[in-house]
Amino acid sequence: MGDKKFAIIATKGTLDWAYPPFILGSTAAALGYEVSIFFTFYGLNLLKKKLDLKVTSLGNPAMPMPMPIPVMVQILPGMQAMMTSMMKAKMKAKGVASIEELRDLCVEAEVRMIACQMTVDLFEYSTSEFIDGIEYGGAATFLEFAGDADITMYM
Amino acid sequence: MSQYDSELDASGLNCPLPILKAKKALAALQSGQVLRVIATDPGSVKDFEAFAKQTGNELVEHQEEGGKFIFLIKKA
Repeated sequence: MGDKKFAIIATKGTLDWAYPPFILGSTAAALGYEVSIFFTFYGLNLLKKKLDLKVTSLGNPAMPMPMPIPVMVQILPGMQAMMTSMMKAKMKAKGVASIEELRDLCVEAEVRMIACQMTVDLFEYSTSEFIDGIEYGGAATFLEFAGDADITMYM
Repeated sequence: MSQYDSELDASGLNCPLPILKAKKALAALQSGQVLRVIATDPGSVKDFEAFAKQTGNELVEHQEEGGKFIFLIKKA
């Protein structure tokens, strides 16, 4: 493994927040870092076998949109699904990797992926819902690695 | 144009794919062999310089050719 260590805590489960941990993790691994990502709370979404990540501009005023849409319209049924597909289409058109692809690259690069056991219990997830090759651990597991890490990030 | 042993066409792919695919392609080469990478992502110029610096694989040469960026990386 590499000389430098990089610890990431992934706490969010939407499409836009899925990119930073997997991009940073895979790129750092490519650069020779030893990477560990701890997925907790909504971050567990990123470890599901069947990814169903969504994104919405609701509560996200920074999201660029082709035309301004009033918040009262953003709340309407179907809007979230539409915004999610538009975002995915845009990413595909621009040659941005999908989350599945980035996650596979992380697995291949032997990025250590740890699922927060407490969150798994809290939301009553079953381990069969998650991809293979992940570990289950708690805060102490993460801190053991992070204590030695050169870079630690919370996202 | 210098000699190369293997070529990777990363055209149309954006960060971080050019680096990640290059790493994979380099793994398949022997020490001393050269990988030629073609990329269209302008961010890849800095990325490959950083990659070479971090991993110790030498960036033998890099140039721009009609909107495409060509990198020659020699495996350490």
